[in-house]
Amino acid sequence: MIKVEDYVARTEGTCGKEKDVIVIFKYDKKDEAIKKIMGKAAMKKSIGGIISELTYKSFSFRLYGSGKAIFRDLKDKEELNSLLLELLS
Amino acid sequence: MLDPYKIREDFPILKRRINGNQLIYFDNAATSQKPRQVIDAVKDFYENHNANVHRAVHTLSLEASELYEDAHEEVVEFIHAKGIEEIVFVRGTTEAINLVAYAWGLRTLKKEDEVIVSLMEHHSNIVPWEIISRMTGNKIKYVEVNDDGTLNYESYERLVSKRTKMVCLSHVSNVTGIINDVKRITKFAHEHGALVLIDGAQSVPHLPVNVKDLDADFVVFSGHKMLGPTGIGVLYGKQEILEKMEPFQGGGEMIKEVSYDRKAKRCTVSWNVLPWKFEAGTPNVCGAIGLMAAMRYLKRIGMANVKSHEETLTKYAIPQMEGCCRKVRIYGTKDATIKCGIVPFGVDGLSSHDIALFLDNYGIMVRSGFHCAQPLHEIFKLSSSARASFYVYNTLEEIDRFTEVLKEIEQL
Repeated sequence: MIKVEDYVARTEGTCGKEKDVIVIFKYDKKDEAIKKIMGKAAMKKSIGGIISELTYKSFSFRLYGSGKAIFRDLKDKEELNSLLLELLS
Repeated sequence: MLDPYKIREDFPILKRRINGNQLIYFDNAATSQKPRQVIDAVKDFYENHNANVHRAVHTLSLEASELYEDAHEEVVEFIHAKGIEEIVFVRGTTEAINLVAYAWGLRTLKKEDEVIVSLMEHHSNIVPWEIISRMTGNKIKYVEVNDDGTLNYESYERLVSKRTKMVCLSHVSNVTGIINDVKRITKFAHEHGALVLIDGAQSVPHLPVNVKDLDADFVVFSGHKMLGPTGIGVLYGKQEILEKMEPFQGGGEMIKEVSYDRKAKRCTVSWNVLPWKFEAGTPNVCGAIGLMAAMRYLKRIGMANVKSHEETLTKYAIPQMEGCCRKVRIYGTKDATIKCGIVPFGVDGLSSHDIALFLDNYGIMVRSGFHCAQPLHEIFKLSSSARASFYVYNTLEEIDRFTEVLKEIEQL
């Protein structure tokens, strides 16, 4: 059973009306996390292979090769956690 | 003229690579990077002179006290104050404004009094006054901002009256970089008997500031935005006003005497002289010494040169940014001559955080969000903005690289 904390170093709520959440993956786990997420989510668009616009169920998000992701329109931290858990399992 | 390439050699962090790219630091309005001279001053203090200041006789304490007082003197010279009595060290701009709001506002303001602030202020120049107004019942009036982000001077002049006791305005907007005519604002306020507090967080680091010439009653700013360490800032106040004010916080250093009156069964206390009356507890000695080194560094460059360099960068950046991608929007005035080096922008269809993350991927650091100025974003009808802000070590080549990367954002 994986834990979100195994992959995520930090989450940062953004400042502004959008209420986006930035997820920063652990440096040594980022490649594994990106691979897992890419395997689960559907690709909408990719730029130079370093930025991917993805959808998973009703969620849309962007994943960066640097090991960061930006999630939109999430209800709360719990929803983010269960989404990450599904994507990283 | 200023040579940014020579200056860059003094900043170790600028050699860093982020995500395999050379770091481009365009988040200077949030905090600046530190030159070797500041880092060395801090290191030297802890390695050779560290002790608590004042009221000790041993060698280290005397050395620390002397350095700490020298730091006050350095600020006097930098902003052209009268003497160290007018220079109070605080944690930063926010604490300085809170000091005035509590030590002056809470004791002075009455229900019928008015405080004027503007809609372009940083939250730190709004919230303390809102808090005080909830305690005293005084009114707060907000000066309107024009569509291009400039201050509406007519709105300001309409709001000032005999009931106005304090006018609190930023010298330079932290969102747009627009420079307000604070001399005009101060003169008008004084004609109506009001005091003036100028938030200099974005002006003192970027242009020559002469407090005597401005004639404002209070000018506040932070060390970390002007090459100094975090946790140190300055409250400049006219001596005659600071003398009349009661202390903000109580503790060591700020008192002259604390004596127990056995008859009254309580202590009688008297205050220390300025500026120590407002510096309760052990101060941030090392931060002050770092700030002194930062001010000496900026003085060597020349503040007029700093201003002119940022104007050159801004003049170059705005058309480059607009030209590189059809989706890029610059917010506020594009006239670099009335701005410091701050460019707020957006990209159609993207949130400011998307923009910042995209740029970060290429080693370019910009800020995204409200920049602690939500009312101004409401005027611009923006949910947030991205902000590129420049300083002495930024170059035209960095702007070229920034716009080259920004061009690619069109694909998102």
